[in-house]
Amino acid sequence: MTVTDGTTRDDALVIAGEEFGSRLIMGTGGAPSMQVLREALTASGTELTTVAMRRVDPAARGSVLDVLRECGIRVLPNTAGCFTAGEAVLTAKLAREALGTNLVKLEVIADEHTLLPDPIELVEAAEQLVDDGFVVLPYTNDDPVLARRLEQVGCAAVMPLGSPIGSGLGIRNPHNIELIVERAGVPVILDAGLGTASDAALAMELGCDAVLLATAVTRAQAPATMAAAMRHAVEGGRLARRAGRIPKRRHAQASSPFEGLASM
Amino acid sequence: MKVIVNGEPHELPAGTSVAAAVAAVSAAPSGVAAALNDEVVRRASWEATPLRDGDRLEVLTAVQGG
Repeated sequence: MTVTDGTTRDDALVIAGEEFGSRLIMGTGGAPSMQVLREALTASGTELTTVAMRRVDPAARGSVLDVLRECGIRVLPNTAGCFTAGEAVLTAKLAREALGTNLVKLEVIADEHTLLPDPIELVEAAEQLVDDGFVVLPYTNDDPVLARRLEQVGCAAVMPLGSPIGSGLGIRNPHNIELIVERAGVPVILDAGLGTASDAALAMELGCDAVLLATAVTRAQAPATMAAAMRHAVEGGRLARRAGRIPKRRHAQASSPFEGLASM
Repeated sequence: MKVIVNGEPHELPAGTSVAAAVAAVSAAPSGVAAALNDEVVRRASWEATPLRDGDRLEVLTAVQGG
Protein backbone atom coordinates (compact mmCIF):
# COMPACT_ATOMS: atom_id res chain seq x y z
CA MET A 1 0.00 0.00 0.00
CA THR A 2 1.42 3.39 -0.96
CA VAL A 3 0.96 6.46 1.16
CA THR A 4 0.34 9.31 -1.22
CA ASP A 5 -1.18 12.03 0.89
CA GLY A 6 0.43 11.46 4.26
CA THR A 7 -2.73 10.13 5.89
CA THR A 8 -3.32 6.68 7.31
CA ARG A 9 -6.98 6.47 6.35
CA ASP A 10 -6.37 3.59 3.94
CA ASP A 11 -4.39 1.71 6.54
CA ALA A 12 -6.77 -0.08 8.89
CA LEU A 13 -5.71 -2.44 11.64
CA VAL A 14 -7.44 -5.79 11.08
CA ILE A 15 -7.91 -8.18 14.01
CA ALA A 16 -9.71 -11.44 13.23
CA GLY A 17 -11.39 -9.81 10.24
CA GLU A 18 -12.51 -6.68 12.11
CA GLU A 19 -11.18 -3.32 10.94
CA PHE A 20 -10.06 -0.55 13.26
CA GLY A 21 -9.11 2.87 11.93
CA SER A 22 -6.96 3.70 14.94
CA ARG A 23 -3.85 1.73 15.81
CA LEU A 24 -3.89 3.02 19.36
CA ILE A 25 -5.78 0.80 21.80
CA MET A 26 -6.30 2.55 25.09
CA GLY A 27 -6.82 1.00 28.48
CA THR A 28 -9.12 2.61 31.02
CA GLY A 29 -7.04 1.78 34.11
CA GLY A 30 -5.62 4.49 36.32
CA ALA A 31 -7.81 7.47 35.38
CA PRO A 32 -8.57 9.72 38.36
CA SER A 33 -12.19 10.25 37.28
CA MET A 34 -14.70 9.27 34.62
CA GLN A 35 -14.54 12.81 33.22
CA VAL A 36 -10.76 12.67 32.79
CA LEU A 37 -11.13 9.23 31.22
CA ARG A 38 -13.77 10.49 28.80
CA GLU A 39 -11.57 13.40 27.69
CA ALA A 40 -8.50 11.18 27.30
CA LEU A 41 -10.34 8.52 25.31
CA THR A 42 -11.74 11.15 22.98
CA ALA A 43 -8.34 12.78 22.47
CA SER A 44 -6.68 9.41 21.83
CA GLY A 45 -8.95 8.60 18.89
CA THR A 46 -9.05 4.99 20.08
CA GLU A 47 -11.76 2.62 18.85
CA LEU A 48 -11.08 -0.20 21.30
CA THR A 49 -10.68 0.07 25.06
CA THR A 50 -9.84 -2.40 27.81
CA VAL A 51 -11.87 -2.90 30.97
CA ALA A 52 -11.39 -5.29 33.90
CA MET A 53 -13.98 -7.65 35.39
CA ARG A 54 -14.64 -7.28 39.12
CA ARG A 55 -17.35 -8.05 41.66
CA VAL A 56 -20.22 -5.56 41.43
CA ASP A 57 -20.08 -2.75 43.94
CA PRO A 58 -23.65 -1.93 45.03
CA ALA A 59 -22.46 1.54 46.07
CA ALA A 60 -20.82 2.37 42.70
CA ARG A 61 -22.08 5.49 40.93
CA GLY A 62 -21.63 5.58 37.14
CA SER A 63 -20.09 2.83 35.06
CA VAL A 64 -17.13 2.82 32.73
CA LEU A 65 -19.48 1.11 30.27
CA ASP A 66 -21.61 4.27 30.16
CA VAL A 67 -18.52 6.28 29.17
CA LEU A 68 -17.62 3.82 26.41
CA ARG A 69 -21.18 3.87 25.10
CA GLU A 70 -21.19 7.69 25.01
CA CYS A 71 -17.85 7.73 23.21
CA GLY A 72 -18.84 4.95 20.77
CA ILE A 73 -15.79 2.85 21.66
CA ARG A 74 -15.75 -0.95 21.52
CA VAL A 75 -14.97 -2.78 24.71
CA LEU A 76 -12.08 -5.22 25.16
CA PRO A 77 -12.43 -7.05 28.48
CA ASN A 78 -9.24 -8.29 30.10
CA THR A 79 -8.45 -11.05 32.58
CA ALA A 80 -6.23 -8.86 34.74
CA GLY A 81 -5.55 -10.24 38.19
CA CYS A 82 -5.73 -13.90 37.13
CA PHE A 83 -2.83 -16.15 38.14
CA THR A 84 -3.98 -19.45 36.61
CA ALA A 85 -5.43 -20.62 33.32
CA GLY A 86 -8.60 -21.70 35.11
CA GLU A 87 -9.19 -18.25 36.62
CA ALA A 88 -8.53 -16.55 33.29
CA VAL A 89 -10.88 -18.83 31.35
CA LEU A 90 -13.74 -18.31 33.82
CA THR A 91 -13.15 -14.54 33.85
CA ALA A 92 -13.19 -14.46 30.04
CA LYS A 93 -16.46 -16.40 29.96
CA LEU A 94 -18.02 -14.01 32.47
CA ALA A 95 -16.85 -11.06 30.39
CA ARG A 96 -18.37 -12.55 27.25
CA GLU A 97 -21.66 -13.06 29.09
CA ALA A 98 -21.67 -9.58 30.65
CA LEU A 99 -20.49 -7.60 27.64
CA GLY A 100 -21.56 -9.64 24.64
CA THR A 101 -18.14 -9.75 22.99
CA ASN A 102 -15.88 -12.63 21.98
CA LEU A 103 -12.81 -10.42 22.25
CA VAL A 104 -10.60 -10.95 25.27
CA LYS A 105 -7.28 -9.50 26.32
CA LEU A 106 -5.80 -12.55 27.99
CA GLU A 107 -3.62 -11.79 30.99
CA VAL A 108 -2.27 -14.53 33.25
CA ILE A 109 0.36 -13.10 35.55
CA ALA A 110 2.98 -14.92 37.59
CA ASP A 111 3.18 -12.66 40.65
CA GLU A 112 2.14 -9.25 41.93
CA HIS A 113 5.70 -7.94 42.13
CA THR A 114 6.59 -8.10 38.43
CA LEU A 115 3.09 -8.57 36.93
CA LEU A 116 4.93 -10.55 34.24
CA PRO A 117 2.96 -13.17 32.30
CA ASP A 118 3.23 -16.83 33.35
CA PRO A 119 3.98 -18.42 29.98
CA ILE A 120 2.79 -21.94 30.86
CA GLU A 121 -0.58 -20.84 32.21
CA LEU A 122 -0.92 -18.29 29.40
CA VAL A 123 -0.60 -20.85 26.59
CA GLU A 124 -2.94 -23.25 28.43
CA ALA A 125 -5.60 -20.54 28.82
CA ALA A 126 -5.16 -19.39 25.21
CA GLU A 127 -5.76 -22.92 23.92
CA GLN A 128 -8.94 -23.33 25.95
CA LEU A 129 -10.34 -19.94 24.96
CA VAL A 130 -9.56 -20.37 21.25
CA ASP A 131 -11.32 -23.76 21.37
CA ASP A 132 -14.31 -22.02 22.98
CA GLY A 133 -14.61 -19.49 20.14
CA PHE A 134 -12.93 -16.47 21.71
CA VAL A 135 -10.85 -13.95 19.77
CA VAL A 136 -7.82 -14.13 22.03
CA LEU A 137 -5.37 -11.23 22.32
CA PRO A 138 -2.71 -12.43 24.75
CA TYR A 139 -0.52 -10.12 26.81
CA THR A 140 2.84 -11.87 26.60
CA ASN A 141 6.51 -11.60 27.41
CA ASP A 142 8.79 -10.16 24.72
CA ASP A 143 9.81 -13.71 23.81
CA PRO A 144 9.69 -14.57 20.09
CA VAL A 145 9.31 -18.29 20.78
CA LEU A 146 6.38 -17.78 23.12
CA ALA A 147 4.79 -15.37 20.66
CA ARG A 148 5.03 -18.03 17.97
CA ARG A 149 3.43 -20.64 20.24
CA LEU A 150 0.54 -18.28 21.00
CA GLU A 151 -0.01 -17.71 17.30
CA GLN A 152 0.13 -21.47 16.66
CA VAL A 153 -2.64 -22.17 19.17
CA GLY A 154 -4.86 -19.70 17.30
CA CYS A 155 -4.52 -16.32 19.00
CA ALA A 156 -5.76 -13.44 16.81
CA ALA A 157 -2.80 -11.20 17.75
CA VAL A 158 0.18 -11.24 20.06
CA MET A 159 0.79 -8.45 22.54
CA PRO A 160 4.38 -8.42 23.82
CA LEU A 161 5.26 -6.10 26.65
CA GLY A 162 7.69 -3.23 26.20
CA SER A 163 8.53 -3.38 29.91
CA PRO A 164 6.60 -4.24 33.10
CA ILE A 165 3.04 -2.91 33.45
CA GLY A 166 2.89 0.66 34.68
CA SER A 167 6.68 1.05 34.79
CA GLY A 168 6.97 3.65 32.02
CA LEU A 169 10.38 2.16 31.16
CA GLY A 170 9.61 2.03 27.43
CA ILE A 171 10.78 -0.81 25.17
CA ARG A 172 13.59 -2.62 27.00
CA ASN A 173 14.31 -5.13 24.26
CA PRO A 174 13.65 -3.66 20.81
CA HIS A 175 15.57 -6.52 19.21
CA ASN A 176 13.10 -9.10 20.52
CA ILE A 177 10.17 -6.99 19.40
CA GLU A 178 11.68 -6.88 15.90
CA LEU A 179 12.13 -10.66 15.93
CA ILE A 180 8.49 -11.12 16.93
CA VAL A 181 7.33 -8.74 14.17
CA GLU A 182 9.47 -10.48 11.51
CA ARG A 183 7.88 -13.88 12.08
CA ALA A 184 4.34 -12.99 13.08
CA GLY A 185 1.40 -13.85 10.83
CA VAL A 186 -1.03 -12.01 13.12
CA PRO A 187 -0.97 -8.39 14.32
CA VAL A 188 1.69 -7.53 16.89
CA ILE A 189 0.44 -5.06 19.48
CA LEU A 190 3.01 -3.56 21.83
CA ASP A 191 1.39 -3.71 25.25
CA ALA A 192 2.65 -2.36 28.58
CA GLY A 193 5.52 -0.27 29.82
CA LEU A 194 5.28 2.73 27.52
CA GLY A 195 5.99 6.03 29.21
CA THR A 196 5.71 8.74 26.60
CA ALA A 197 5.03 9.46 22.97
CA SER A 198 8.49 8.56 21.65
CA ASP A 199 8.04 5.04 23.09
CA ALA A 200 4.84 4.62 21.08
CA ALA A 201 6.52 5.94 17.93
CA LEU A 202 9.41 3.49 18.42
CA ALA A 203 6.99 0.57 18.77
CA MET A 204 5.43 1.45 15.45
CA GLU A 205 8.82 2.07 13.80
CA LEU A 206 9.91 -1.41 14.92
CA GLY A 207 6.98 -2.74 12.90
CA CYS A 208 4.31 -3.29 15.51
CA ASP A 209 0.78 -3.08 14.11
CA ALA A 210 -0.63 -1.22 17.11
CA VAL A 211 0.08 -0.03 20.62
CA LEU A 212 -1.92 -0.67 23.78
CA LEU A 213 -1.35 1.66 26.70
CA ALA A 214 -3.17 3.09 29.69
CA THR A 215 -1.19 4.57 32.55
CA ALA A 216 1.17 6.53 30.31
CA VAL A 217 -1.95 8.57 29.51
CA THR A 218 -4.21 8.20 32.53
CA ARG A 219 -1.47 9.03 35.05
CA ALA A 220 0.17 11.78 32.98
CA GLN A 221 -0.15 15.29 34.40
CA ALA A 222 -2.44 16.24 31.52
CA PRO A 223 -4.05 12.97 30.37
CA ALA A 224 -5.97 14.34 27.37
CA THR A 225 -2.86 16.11 26.09
CA MET A 226 -0.78 12.96 26.45
CA ALA A 227 -3.55 10.98 24.73
CA ALA A 228 -3.31 13.33 21.74
CA ALA A 229 0.48 12.97 21.78
CA MET A 230 0.15 9.18 21.70
CA ARG A 231 -2.32 9.36 18.85
CA HIS A 232 0.10 11.42 16.75
CA ALA A 233 3.07 9.28 17.78
CA VAL A 234 1.37 6.08 16.67
CA GLU A 235 0.41 7.65 13.34
CA GLY A 236 3.91 9.12 12.90
CA GLY A 237 5.65 5.88 13.80
CA ARG A 238 3.43 3.94 11.41
CA LEU A 239 4.15 6.32 8.54
CA ALA A 240 7.88 6.19 9.28
CA ARG A 241 7.80 2.39 9.22
CA ARG A 242 5.99 2.37 5.90
CA ALA A 243 8.29 5.03 4.48
CA GLY A 244 11.37 2.91 5.22
CA ARG A 245 14.09 4.41 7.35
CA ILE A 246 17.62 5.00 6.04
CA PRO A 247 20.27 2.50 7.07
CA LYS A 248 22.34 3.48 10.08
CA ARG A 249 25.96 4.40 9.25
CA ARG A 250 29.00 4.70 11.47
CA HIS A 251 30.25 7.84 9.73
CA ALA A 252 28.77 10.95 8.25
CA GLN A 253 27.56 11.08 4.65
CA ALA A 254 27.16 14.54 3.14
CA SER A 255 23.89 15.32 1.47
CA SER A 256 25.29 18.40 -0.32
CA PRO A 257 27.48 17.75 -3.36
CA PHE A 258 31.20 18.33 -3.07
CA GLU A 259 31.37 19.13 -6.81
CA GLY A 260 31.15 22.75 -7.78
CA LEU A 261 32.53 24.19 -4.56
CA ALA A 262 33.90 27.70 -4.97
CA SER A 263 37.65 27.97 -4.77
CA MET A 264 38.44 29.99 -1.65
CA MET B 1 -30.10 -21.56 53.66
CA LYS B 2 -26.70 -19.91 53.62
CA VAL B 3 -25.06 -18.89 50.33
CA ILE B 4 -21.91 -16.89 49.64
CA VAL B 5 -22.49 -13.97 47.26
CA ASN B 6 -19.32 -12.17 46.20
CA GLY B 7 -17.50 -13.54 49.20
CA GLU B 8 -20.12 -12.45 51.74
CA PRO B 9 -22.44 -14.89 53.55
CA HIS B 10 -26.15 -14.31 52.92
CA GLU B 11 -29.11 -16.01 54.60
CA LEU B 12 -31.71 -16.55 51.86
CA PRO B 13 -35.02 -18.44 51.68
CA ALA B 14 -34.76 -21.95 50.21
CA GLY B 15 -35.30 -21.91 46.47
CA THR B 16 -34.05 -18.35 45.92
CA SER B 17 -33.07 -17.98 42.26
CA VAL B 18 -29.82 -16.68 40.81
CA ALA B 19 -31.89 -13.80 39.40
CA ALA B 20 -33.09 -12.76 42.86
CA ALA B 21 -29.61 -13.04 44.39
CA VAL B 22 -28.09 -10.96 41.58
CA ALA B 23 -30.82 -8.34 41.94
CA ALA B 24 -29.92 -8.02 45.63
CA VAL B 25 -26.40 -6.79 44.77
CA SER B 26 -26.87 -5.09 41.39
CA ALA B 27 -29.70 -3.15 39.81
CA ALA B 28 -27.85 -2.87 36.48
CA PRO B 29 -30.04 -4.03 33.56
CA SER B 30 -27.01 -5.23 31.59
CA GLY B 31 -23.24 -5.54 31.78
CA VAL B 32 -23.39 -8.05 34.64
CA ALA B 33 -22.55 -11.76 34.65
CA ALA B 34 -22.87 -14.47 37.26
CA ALA B 35 -20.92 -17.64 38.05
CA LEU B 36 -22.39 -20.30 40.34
CA ASN B 37 -19.70 -22.51 41.91
CA ASP B 38 -17.24 -21.49 39.14
CA GLU B 39 -19.65 -22.12 36.25
CA VAL B 40 -21.16 -19.28 34.22
CA VAL B 41 -24.95 -19.11 34.41
CA ARG B 42 -26.37 -17.51 31.27
CA ARG B 43 -28.63 -14.56 31.97
CA ALA B 44 -31.52 -16.37 30.25
CA SER B 45 -31.23 -19.11 32.91
CA TRP B 46 -31.03 -16.91 36.01
CA GLU B 47 -34.75 -17.13 36.85
CA ALA B 48 -34.87 -20.89 36.44
CA THR B 49 -31.69 -21.63 38.41
CA PRO B 50 -32.29 -22.10 42.15
CA LEU B 51 -29.51 -21.65 44.69
CA ARG B 52 -28.73 -24.41 47.16
CA ASP B 53 -27.31 -24.31 50.65
CA GLY B 54 -23.55 -23.66 50.56
CA ASP B 55 -23.51 -22.34 46.98
CA ARG B 56 -20.98 -19.69 45.97
CA LEU B 57 -22.25 -17.02 43.59
CA GLU B 58 -19.96 -14.47 41.94
CA VAL B 59 -21.56 -11.43 40.29
CA LEU B 60 -19.17 -9.43 38.12
CA THR B 61 -19.23 -6.33 35.96
CA ALA B 62 -16.77 -4.21 34.00
CA VAL B 63 -14.66 -1.61 35.80
CA GLN B 64 -11.79 0.64 34.74
CA GLY B 65 -8.70 -1.44 34.11
CA GLY B 66 -5.96 -2.62 31.78
